[in-house]
Amino acid sequence: MSTRLASGGRLLERSKRVTFSWNGTRLNAFEGDTLASALLANGKTLVGRSFKYHRPRGIVASGGEEPNALVGLGEGSRFEPNQRATTTEMFDGLHAVSQNHWPSLEFDVGAVNAGLSRVFPAGFYYKTFIHPRAAWKHLFEPVIRQSAGLGKAPKSADADRYEYFYAFVDVLIVGGGMAGLAAALEAGRAGAKVLLIEQSPHLGGRVLIDDVMIGDQTGPDWVASATAELAQLPNVDVRTRMQGSGVYDHGYALGYERVADHTPGDKRPRHRLWRIRAGRIVTATGAIERPLAFAGNDVPGVMLASAVRDYVGLYGVSCGDRTVVVTNNDDAYRTAIALKEAGLDVPMIVDARPRSEGDLALEARALGIRVETGVGLAKVKGKKRVEGVAICAQAGEGAVLEDIPCDCVAMSGGWSPVVHLWSHCGGKLNWDDKSAMFVPDPARPPLGQDGMGFVLTAGTTSGALDPHDAMKDAVLAGRRAADEVGHRHAEESALPHVSAPFETPMLPVWVMPQGAAIKLRSKAFLDYQNDVKVSDVQLAAQEGYESVEHTKRYTTLGMATDQGKLSNINGLAVLAGSLNAPIPQVGTTTFRPPYTPISMGAIAGEARDALFKPTRKTVIDDWLDRSGAHWEPVSDWRRPYAICRNGENVKDAVTREITNTRTNVGLLDASTLGKIIVKGPDAGKFLDLLYTNMMSTLKPGRCRYGLMCNENGFLFDDGVVVRLSEDTFLCHTTSGGSDGVHAWMEEWLQTEWWDLKVFTANVTEQYAQIGVVGPKARLVLEALGGMDVSAQALAFMAMAEGELAGIRARVMRISFSGELSYEIAVPAAQGLAFWEACLAAGEAHGIQPYGTEALHVMRAEKGFIMIGDETDGTVIPQDLNLHWAVSKKKEDFIGKRAHERSDLTRDDRKQLVGLETEDPSDVLPDGAHAVEGAKLANGMENMIGHVTSTYFSPTLKRSIAMALIKGGNKRMGQTLSFPLGGDKVIKAKVVDPVFLDKDGERQNV
Amino acid sequence: MLILTCPYCEVEGEETEFHPGGQAHLKRFGPGSSDEAFRDYLFERKNPRGVHFERWQHQYGCGKWFHVARCTVTLEVFGSYSAQSLAPPAEVLETIQARRPGWEFET
Repeated sequence: MSTRLASGGRLLERSKRVTFSWNGTRLNAFEGDTLASALLANGKTLVGRSFKYHRPRGIVASGGEEPNALVGLGEGSRFEPNQRATTTEMFDGLHAVSQNHWPSLEFDVGAVNAGLSRVFPAGFYYKTFIHPRAAWKHLFEPVIRQSAGLGKAPKSADADRYEYFYAFVDVLIVGGGMAGLAAALEAGRAGAKVLLIEQSPHLGGRVLIDDVMIGDQTGPDWVASATAELAQLPNVDVRTRMQGSGVYDHGYALGYERVADHTPGDKRPRHRLWRIRAGRIVTATGAIERPLAFAGNDVPGVMLASAVRDYVGLYGVSCGDRTVVVTNNDDAYRTAIALKEAGLDVPMIVDARPRSEGDLALEARALGIRVETGVGLAKVKGKKRVEGVAICAQAGEGAVLEDIPCDCVAMSGGWSPVVHLWSHCGGKLNWDDKSAMFVPDPARPPLGQDGMGFVLTAGTTSGALDPHDAMKDAVLAGRRAADEVGHRHAEESALPHVSAPFETPMLPVWVMPQGAAIKLRSKAFLDYQNDVKVSDVQLAAQEGYESVEHTKRYTTLGMATDQGKLSNINGLAVLAGSLNAPIPQVGTTTFRPPYTPISMGAIAGEARDALFKPTRKTVIDDWLDRSGAHWEPVSDWRRPYAICRNGENVKDAVTREITNTRTNVGLLDASTLGKIIVKGPDAGKFLDLLYTNMMSTLKPGRCRYGLMCNENGFLFDDGVVVRLSEDTFLCHTTSGGSDGVHAWMEEWLQTEWWDLKVFTANVTEQYAQIGVVGPKARLVLEALGGMDVSAQALAFMAMAEGELAGIRARVMRISFSGELSYEIAVPAAQGLAFWEACLAAGEAHGIQPYGTEALHVMRAEKGFIMIGDETDGTVIPQDLNLHWAVSKKKEDFIGKRAHERSDLTRDDRKQLVGLETEDPSDVLPDGAHAVEGAKLANGMENMIGHVTSTYFSPTLKRSIAMALIKGGNKRMGQTLSFPLGGDKVIKAKVVDPVFLDKDGERQNV
Repeated sequence: MLILTCPYCEVEGEETEFHPGGQAHLKRFGPGSSDEAFRDYLFERKNPRGVHFERWQHQYGCGKWFHVARCTVTLEVFGSYSAQSLAPPAEVLETIQARRPGWEFET
């Protein structure tokens, strides 16, 4: 059993007791604990179940590399699954539950999978669930999904808030251990603006626990004085609880600050995502200890040697009374010594190397610890808890030499520098044969915009496992980083000497024992979270998976939430062994950010709810909102679908608005329409290139409907162009198109036709635009008073500027409804005043505001197209019978060359037609497909087109629709079938899409 | 996130200030051109491992389009210059040749 020791625990505040809950049970802990140390202190060695076989799993590590101890934290709207217990700070009231088990952690039904592991080898899912194909969707997937998955997703919206923070520094240092602190001191003393970030709540890293002397100070004393000096430097900022999550192009880095994870509900943002731009990034991220691959290395109680040491030294927790240390290097001896000094029993140090004569080995022997060399573990005994180990010769196949009862195994397979941040943006690695590890190659760093490396490594990360080498490396890295951003040292401080015991070389051990039979190899785990064993990787190699990237995906090695921090090197060494290839030739998988998972909340920041995508509003918006607007989104804007009167439903409101507009007069907020001024001596010439129509011949004071195509010939925007004066045009665009069309104009002007003398300006929001529409529209304008709006003064498609109701107005007599209609632009600030003046002046004439649905129905009654309804990016103007708007005279316009392509000139393209259903009350569904003739060979209907707009017309008292139908122009009078599923088929006759007032008499008054 | 320099307003900005516009120095083929030339103008793009010339717009800055010469492998930026140029300026070509000996400009 694991337990709390009576004394010790450098990070604990023993005077501050807290309580927390684990699977509903109240347990005690101290401030300074992590959830992992607190669970161990309470004897909770079983903390979860593995992903595939549901094997019992215990805590392995003491940091972010932990693969097993994933828990659900918090409750309700603060619940979050898959949180690592090892990096969760303890606080009073913490609530945690274990996951991936049913019905309980101790008794799990899914564990039956473990008994069947022989039939669940690597690639099992790929090999098994292939045929029959239908069974995948209906049988295999639902069952697999139910039994798979780690934590449960939260069910309610996140109660916390998150934010971004932007920082610009000379030097960013990631990691607050000895190397990070030393580099920060150097860069800080040189005057560089430094940001040092450390993922845990405390600084110091391994020198808090490993016995080193830095100068004449102990590790912890040196950390305290370094921290104090950094606090004095105004140009240095030190942030704890903040991880360097990713390194990106040109010195960009993401910092993930866990501001309030340990103080939930205190109103501070829970997490803060730092977007940092640094001149130089120094990674001082240390190293991670590797497990050893022996049978039963996943039984709870088998832990990393460094973690066992951390729990004793930092948290005063014993992971077991009797700990067997198994190692291939000297460092693990520190664990044995620490345990012994804490009064715990270490029955044996199992050293796989033939000899062990370093300072630490001598010290261990002097303490009376039994040290055996040339041996390994044949297997671990016990299921939910280590009960003992069987010792064998490392060189053999696993014949048991001796059984040793114990309740904890501390293993060390050597150390791997944390090269993730170095590698994120392309830093390359070398294989260090001596220490069997990948190390950053300083000659091949990630490059900045100037072609210089912008990432440096410091300390252990560089591969300097010896503490004195690490210190020297870190000091030089700090100096160099500052120097490269223009802060040279006045005087170089002396390099502090770090004294530590002499260590003898490690010996790579990838499988223990080296000749382990299949029975042992298939219990020797590489990836704990995904249940990948030595035998799985070997099987993959046997089946031809030579690439490490393929093997990863086939076996799922390293694909779990820990991203292979413990498993990858061991896994690829086993793969290399199976392929008989050197490790560096097999190579690593790609290191991708983030270093450990970061919260979705931090990524979203403040972009949620109303701030996710701010709504654009016109100056009439408030009035409409107060007056019963039923809103709909139109690109970034919101527009009223209809304006409902008291108690009226939306459908009735639409009908009323249409009828009133067609018989009296309607008022439309058209302010969202794009308005772009195009001005200059070449403005006409430019618009001739931009629009399919001829615009240069337009007379000042006249309006013309225009179409824009892209270079592929497809129609993408339309609107009325007004010539305000000889050299000034006002181009209206669709509501969603204003920014895009303006950018489109600028792109062509700047990058293709830069000889043209033209300026453009997007004035969409400078004007409110209000439509006064209907037979009584002129009466309303006359009642407003001011300029002459008579039929003589302002003919159809004319524009005049003047004053209405005392407000400067530009009046365009254009119509999107077929009615007598004016669109009046006024300065935005006076938009609401003008709107209200129109309502007052129109009261006697029955004026009523109308919304976008009435607008849509009325334009459809007239057969006017709508971009996005009748167009979908594959439609040319000619498909919509808009040949008249495509100039034949112009030598060139955007899209003209494309219109010459044979595919765009064939006469059986889908063309716009009108549809009248046989039963006038039947309204076709939007997008319904017309079918014709026999079914196709694949069993599908022969589809000849689809409905693009469809409404019930209150004016015509029948349904109307438009459709794009293959060869539609030649089908006038034909009846088409629209099957709607089941036996339901609607039949509709092909008609002219102009349903109302074909001669345009209503607008010519 | 790249750092680019706008040659118009001379601001050194974050990539989020800019809008990418694909390969630079395309020649437009309009009415009367062959199907092959028109196809290549619309769709054929270089995707080099190494030196590349790109169009960028200073979208959240001065709004101007410009060209950037950069390495798609190392992300090194060799220079930015006016979009109103038919070919990269000599000084940009010299910079590239100094950094990538043996490299030749291909149209």
